[in-house]
Amino acid sequence: MSDITARYDDAAAGLATGAPGDFVALLKPRVMSLVIFTAFAGLVAAPGHLNPVLAFASLLAIAVGAGASGALNMWWDADIDAIMSRTRGRPIPSGRVAPREALAFGMVLSVFAVFTLGVAANWLAAGLLAFTIFFYAVVYTMWLKRWTPQNIVIGGAAGAFPPMIGWAAASGQISAASIALFCIIFFWTPPHFWALALFKQTDYGRAGVPMMPNVKGADHTRFLILAYSILLAPIALSPAFLGLEGKLYAGIAAISSAIMIYFAVKVYRTRQGKEADKAAGQLFGYSILHLFLLFAVIVAERGVGAVLGHLQ
Amino acid sequence: MNAADKSEGVVLTPAQAKARRQRNIAIGLAVTALCALFYAITLAKLSHGAG
Repeated sequence: MSDITARYDDAAAGLATGAPGDFVALLKPRVMSLVIFTAFAGLVAAPGHLNPVLAFASLLAIAVGAGASGALNMWWDADIDAIMSRTRGRPIPSGRVAPREALAFGMVLSVFAVFTLGVAANWLAAGLLAFTIFFYAVVYTMWLKRWTPQNIVIGGAAGAFPPMIGWAAASGQISAASIALFCIIFFWTPPHFWALALFKQTDYGRAGVPMMPNVKGADHTRFLILAYSILLAPIALSPAFLGLEGKLYAGIAAISSAIMIYFAVKVYRTRQGKEADKAAGQLFGYSILHLFLLFAVIVAERGVGAVLGHLQ
Repeated sequence: MNAADKSEGVVLTPAQAKARRQRNIAIGLAVTALCALFYAITLAKLSHGAG
């Protein structure tokens, strides 16, 4: 083989082989679906009316912005993703997408998403989206994640912004009610992720990510999960106290919070063997349902209210 | 290596060629969707302004 042929082969080996599906996977579609849902709830709950086309464009921009931050996260974290079983099959560690492609993809989508939201809704919402992307990609991914076991407590803010962005897109402002929606996700994130970390702690430990169970121990994490789950209950009820939501929301939030605390108590008390992993798995699963229920009722109450208002 | 080989440049494997074609189609669709989105946003903004 001549030198020229070798160089051609090297170049060919460096060519992108990623299919469109790999680039979609970079956007973390499951996280994206939660972002779309909570942003939609913020948009529906906010005072004011946004043209349906502009509302759709806003939601799309928020979703793409969230996806872009996911791509930037995967670009930065490719080294630790290759170690953990949960993330080993992601496009970069598996070699289907080159790191520089993921970086370019994330940056381009970020700019387009922020610009589109600014044009479709307003620049307050666009500014919040830009800050969210920065917070997730830089503050959480590059700084907090490998430095402190409080990583997901502070970093959880990135996941908590979407309803606030949706609210700002519809109303052009930030209010106490939109901060309440932010707080629900912010205080929901630690027990949700620590429940996952409890049964994936060897994975995080091997990758050198300082998650709470492998830094402070599983028992301390169980205490914190219970504390946050209890703290979350009044925060989950706050939209009702603030007059944003009615009795239906208050009732469902109270019942669902009680179930969440029940699973957290179970995690706190069950500390050994497969039963402990099962309890953590149950809490992880229920936490997703809990958040879904809270925001689904917000959408239902406000959405039905808006439709009835139009009919009168 | 002769001159004819050099002029061929990088020869893609069938898998690379397929992936590139799929990416090109996806980029084309995304750009088309973006044009449609901005067209719709413009119409919505104009009708909102008129109302």
